[in-house]
Amino acid sequence: MADVWTEKLDTYLDGELSASEMRELDAHLRTCPDCAAEVLSRLQLKRALQSAAKRYTANADFRNRLRRQIASPQQRTPIRLWLAAAAALAVIVVIGLLAISLRQQQMAGQHIFREIADLHVATLASSNPVDVISTDRHTVKPWFQGKIPFSFNLPELQNSEFTLVGGRVTYLDQTPGAELIYQIRKHQISVFIFPERALPESLTSGVQRRDTFNVESWREQGLQYFVIGDAGSDDIGNLANLLKKAAT
Amino acid sequence: MEVADQRVTVATFEELAMPLFDQLYNFAHWLTQDRAEAEDLVQETYAKALKGFSSFQLGTNFRAWMYRILRNTFLTSRTGLKATAMVPIDSEDAPELPAPTGTPETVLIEKSQQQLLQQVLEVLPVHFREILLLCEVEEMSYQEIADTLSIPIGTVMSRLSRARKALRASLQQKLVRT
Repeated sequence: MADVWTEKLDTYLDGELSASEMRELDAHLRTCPDCAAEVLSRLQLKRALQSAAKRYTANADFRNRLRRQIASPQQRTPIRLWLAAAAALAVIVVIGLLAISLRQQQMAGQHIFREIADLHVATLASSNPVDVISTDRHTVKPWFQGKIPFSFNLPELQNSEFTLVGGRVTYLDQTPGAELIYQIRKHQISVFIFPERALPESLTSGVQRRDTFNVESWREQGLQYFVIGDAGSDDIGNLANLLKKAAT
Repeated sequence: MEVADQRVTVATFEELAMPLFDQLYNFAHWLTQDRAEAEDLVQETYAKALKGFSSFQLGTNFRAWMYRILRNTFLTSRTGLKATAMVPIDSEDAPELPAPTGTPETVLIEKSQQQLLQQVLEVLPVHFREILLLCEVEEMSYQEIADTLSIPIGTVMSRLSRARKALRASLQQKLVRT
């Protein structure tokens, strides 16, 4: 067994080696049966540990108690509440309306994020995830011409860990848009681009976690971008930055 | 507007935090090794997080933030102090444990591996146990683990490597004995 590699096998399995080391070790594993066997056995331990350690489940009672605890803001004392209610009655109507409209906007945003997550999952589950298969942005971008009512720029990926897998046309609220599939390590990331007029205003920026996915969304030159995947928030953020840079 | 803002914040906290509930509970139970204490720990974590949610920056890693709160709460609890008292937390400079010879993993497959692994994990020092859980169960990246434990990424790698060696060594021991 090559000693230089033994220390790195776990890091390799964690997917945390640099891209070049990853490739080197991949190549090495193909020629070194000892290392390959060691990787296999460590992988088995990793899997076994993963399932063995998912051991404890909370009581349903406790879960409900906790949910109630964080769902309701702290109660004021009845008298203060009554006074506050009396004094602020007129204001509350206004605030209530504001809150409802804010909430509605937020719900609309959430609805969009849920749709985006569904589209992403549908792509992952599809046996033909992409309509145009290419790692070359100069092939993928022109392919969309005439298929969607806008155009966009794609980033150069040569010095990053991301690879472009391909693209497809997709729809959100009956508006056509572009979906691009990228890969980093073993994670698939979808990038959705739609004209912004099809969408509500209140889509927040920054990487967020939704339904186990990380999502970042932003607007640029009349287009709304979504980057979504189960990759870490750093990866999602990095890809988003590459796209933002390419768009300007 | 204050009331309206607050409502939005509360809704968002619940939406962000509840999906992590099962994982956080599992983690808390592994740390405390006791159901009642785990419940207390999770409850306190959520209370603190809700209170401090306004200081949390959207866009940064919420999961790491929650785990950090849970862990800090645990470390300052009585059980936490006891669990860490015996092991210096930063023993990264200490000489590495000798690597176990042979591969216990291969033998393990035939044994009742689940139970065995759980027993071994239970008795590992708490800072080994927690980093293994974060890496293997939560599948956090090294950067996320570094954020959660508030240690540099180099320390994540060395501690993880030592934790794995310790795990394999005690597995080896168990297998020899049974």
